[in-house]
Amino acid sequence: MIAEQRGRTIKNVLMCSALAFAALIAIIPLVSVFGYVFLRGFSSISVEFFTSMPRPVGETGGGMANALAGTGILIGLAGLVGIPWGLAAGIYLSEYVAAGEKGAGLGGAAIRFGIDMLASIPSIIVGLFVYVVVVMPFKHFSAWAGGLALGILMIPTVARTTEELLKMVPVHVREAGLALGLPRWKVIVYIVVKGSLRPISTGIVLAIARVSGETAPLLFTAFGNQYWSHDLSAPIASLPVQIYTYAVSPFDDWHRQAWAGALVLILFVSSLNLLTRVILKPSGRAGA
Amino acid sequence: MILKSENLEAWFGEAKALKGVGLEFESNTVTAIIGPSGCGKSTYIRCLNRLHEETPGARIGGRVLLQGRDIYGPEVDPVLLRRQIGMVFQKPNPFPSMSVYDNVAVGLKLGGIRKKRELDSRVEWSLRVAALWDEVKDKLDRPGTSLSGGQQQRLCIARALAVKPVVLLMDEPTSALDPISTARIEELLTELKKTVTIVIVTHNMQQSARISDKTAFLLMGELVEFGETSALFTTPKDKRTESYITGRFG
Ligand SMILES: Nc1ncnc2c1ncn2[C@@H]1O[C@H](COP(=O)(O)OP(=O)(O)O)[C@@H](O)[C@H]1O
Ligand SMILES: [Mg+2]
Repeated sequence: MIAEQRGRTIKNVLMCSALAFAALIAIIPLVSVFGYVFLRGFSSISVEFFTSMPRPVGETGGGMANALAGTGILIGLAGLVGIPWGLAAGIYLSEYVAAGEKGAGLGGAAIRFGIDMLASIPSIIVGLFVYVVVVMPFKHFSAWAGGLALGILMIPTVARTTEELLKMVPVHVREAGLALGLPRWKVIVYIVVKGSLRPISTGIVLAIARVSGETAPLLFTAFGNQYWSHDLSAPIASLPVQIYTYAVSPFDDWHRQAWAGALVLILFVSSLNLLTRVILKPSGRAGA
Repeated sequence: MILKSENLEAWFGEAKALKGVGLEFESNTVTAIIGPSGCGKSTYIRCLNRLHEETPGARIGGRVLLQGRDIYGPEVDPVLLRRQIGMVFQKPNPFPSMSVYDNVAVGLKLGGIRKKRELDSRVEWSLRVAALWDEVKDKLDRPGTSLSGGQQQRLCIARALAVKPVVLLMDEPTSALDPISTARIEELLTELKKTVTIVIVTHNMQQSARISDKTAFLLMGELVEFGETSALFTTPKDKRTESYITGRFG
């Protein structure tokens, strides 16, 4: 009896340490990537990096101000596409398709299939698609095209989190809204969706975090730009593309800046992730 | 008589859950609907505010008359009808991330009432009638879900009352509550019936005996017996009622 118990304890300890070891190995890449980027990037970050434009080849110094602004603009445009369409798809899937609405069957299945496909399509393919439908007809790369590509990539993340979160709202909460004499659409908008706005916004933040580091789909949509661009129909710089361009160049000073850019990107994405925690933290007060 | 059902039938797809139930509800009374689990109590009251039809595949037969008018008539808008017939559910279900105040005001706000003063006074009135005002008047901006279970259920009662229904349907409103909260709500009902006509589902016969003027006993989708509560519990006319109230099944 005692021996059997001891055997079980030993197995437990073995199992636990084996898993802990495996988990440790799994986070080694994360820690080393972070550490290495930090080491290389930190020494290259300066005020100039944030405020200056790229210098011509051969001159040292300069920064990525235009790429930082460009990424901000691209994320804004992506949000204009990804947030409304993602929300609409998520709400439709949860409130009409999953709720068994008559007539939503076939269209709903198609939308769900589409969202699942979109989630698994490599981002470069989305870039190619936008290249064909936007860049080729207008005959030039543009911020619009880059924003659209990133926006399309946001849709599945936003749609799925929205759908899953709305499905967690109990049926009897919806029924309580209907029983108050509210039309179905008002129940959905003002009670179900509004009540889940906080977690839904974290889904949106995560989708932004995901696309803000995308490089491939920008290569042949937003393209890149060594200068300021105020024109949304012109090519625009972005942080990931700038990092790529600088990293593959033969110049040491550009390598340094690529590391600095990588560090800024990592910090930005990590702070978005942290932001979701803050959003979800119960504050004890009602509302937003 | 304010509300009545005639030969009411209800289906879920091909399954018939109600087999012709006729009941009459008089103004300012409490009518209890009792019966074993699955006998169709919830289905019945959900036909009275046309919530039954929100379930995919659900339909009804027969008639329901509110103040003499068929609520299933072609000219009746179920949305407007539901403002006249409120409902309180089994589990307290305050709206998520809405304050106590907004939970009560939301039906009015979305129904088109904008004036702050009017909203304030209606919210206070509803919370007072639901015997919750004194407990929440200092925390109207706290989330509704932060209240205790019993308070949440009274909040849901206030929310339903705020749109001034003439009938209040309650589906086992105390079955998720502790005995003290249950007693508070039972007390409240005798006050409440001065304001609205109450139809309450309960599977607790003692509760029915304590609070209702009339009781209806349903069994497998059929109305077995309907009458004065005191008479039904002391001298049931039907053998099945007798065996149910003496605890022989259910
Ligand atoms: N959404 C539904 N779909 C199919 N059948 C249902 C549904 N809701 C209830 N029923 C069936 O209808 C009958 C009556 O249920 P209900 O009215 O909920 O009973 P009660 O409230 O008396 O416990 C039961 O046989 C139940 O299985
Ligand atoms: Mg029930």
